[in-house]
Amino acid sequence: MDQSTPTTGQPAADETVDAPTSDRVLGAPLVELKNVNKHFGALHVLQDIDLTVRKGEVLVVIGPSGSGKSTLCRAINRLETIDDGTISVDGKTLPEEGKALAQLRAEVGMVFQSFNLFAHKTVLDNVTLGPRKVRGLSKKAAEAEAMTLLDRVGVANQAGKMPAQLSGGQQQRVAIARALAMHPKVMLFDEPTSALDPEMINEVLDAMVALAQEGMTMIVVTHEMGFARKAANRVVFMADGQIVEEAPPEEFFTAPKSERARDFLSKILTH
Amino acid sequence: MDDFLAGFAELFARFDVLGAFWVNIQLTFWAALLSLVLGTVLALMRISPIASLRWAGTAYVTIFRNTPLTIILTFTYLVLFSQLALSLSDTLDTTFFWFAVIGLAVYHAAFVCEAIRSGVNTVPVGQAEAARAIGLSFLPAAALVIFPQAFRGAVAPLGNTLIALLKNSTVAAAASVSTETSSLMRTMIEFRPDLMVAIFLTFALGYVILVIPIGLVTTSLSRRLAVKR
Repeated sequence: MDQSTPTTGQPAADETVDAPTSDRVLGAPLVELKNVNKHFGALHVLQDIDLTVRKGEVLVVIGPSGSGKSTLCRAINRLETIDDGTISVDGKTLPEEGKALAQLRAEVGMVFQSFNLFAHKTVLDNVTLGPRKVRGLSKKAAEAEAMTLLDRVGVANQAGKMPAQLSGGQQQRVAIARALAMHPKVMLFDEPTSALDPEMINEVLDAMVALAQEGMTMIVVTHEMGFARKAANRVVFMADGQIVEEAPPEEFFTAPKSERARDFLSKILTH
Repeated sequence: MDDFLAGFAELFARFDVLGAFWVNIQLTFWAALLSLVLGTVLALMRISPIASLRWAGTAYVTIFRNTPLTIILTFTYLVLFSQLALSLSDTLDTTFFWFAVIGLAVYHAAFVCEAIRSGVNTVPVGQAEAARAIGLSFLPAAALVIFPQAFRGAVAPLGNTLIALLKNSTVAAAASVSTETSSLMRTMIEFRPDLMVAIFLTFALGYVILVIPIGLVTTSLSRRLAVKR
């Protein structure tokens, strides 16, 4: 196996990205985290995180609950602030507040565990809100594109409904369309299937796999190993606020190097 | 019994009871409108990312919610009018009317602000995060996502504030609005102390009749407008 794969805790951004499992061509670094630290009170939830995600890369973040993986994902569009270190997207360091931050967020798509569709707006209005109010598109142009996106994720026939009338799987696919409508440079997925009934998980994963195949840069916090195997270039395993191990998915799932990863995988694989 | 009813007829014939209620309805209408605008701005300040605005909003609410309305209305009359000689119209009655509206509005805006804030608390935090995640900054996120849902959750407490405002409009007497109901009631008792009970019932029932529909409408509105999640 690839020798450049780092083991415990090393800052490894430079070495690993050259070893993708798929034949996908990776571009320049798009999301870069350097020495990122964050505390929740006494809890050191992110500890000296170094991570680089290249353009076109699909990164899966995996780890036990409380390991900091969701916080890491949310820090990338500053829904969580960090104590020190730097996070940059496409060469620009995350602004602290105001218009510049809003502009950056518009270029980073986010899909939440609990969907978070705007409850008082129809499916179509959920998707067109950002393009119209942030990008200044006309209603007609925004709606035409929204319908294309909704069709792509298979929920175009639900466009006139309110979010509460949709199943969880449909809501999450609308949420993906809503994020895509902003033409993001990178998409963040924070446990996108964890709140779904089992029979709805695949419809969402299928939409995500399709997105990965189109070349979208994705950072996905998930425990769905099927997705990781099918679509990811790299798996990052986190525990106690640290990146413990990173490796191509096949290598990580079949021959994890660290004790923590072996222990974690044995717990989620036994059933 | 006949005498009692005849007493009512006499009262309504001699005194402009309906006219007095109309003054209170007008006071309530304008004060409600102003306090809704001011209360919304205050609520925005209190949830804004700018600390000094949050502080100013909190200070306003703390001061005006905890000051007796009589004092605020007396202030508008004694200080704004008598001391500073501010005038809002050529006629004294109209000037006093608008001073009362302003006093009622600044007082109730504090309650409107808190009602809206309780509505904001009914909106899950994920809604604000999703709004920020698509690139909306604070004001558009508040205007397009948070407040439309917050107002639906605030209908019932806003209705309660409106009911309180309608009844509190009688305190306008303290700002020298002499044509409103409590002033008329005092006049009526002065002239017809023999009809005291009828006079009291006239005003008590009048307010009950005005307030009941507000309660009914806000209850049904808050049910109908509730955001389904």
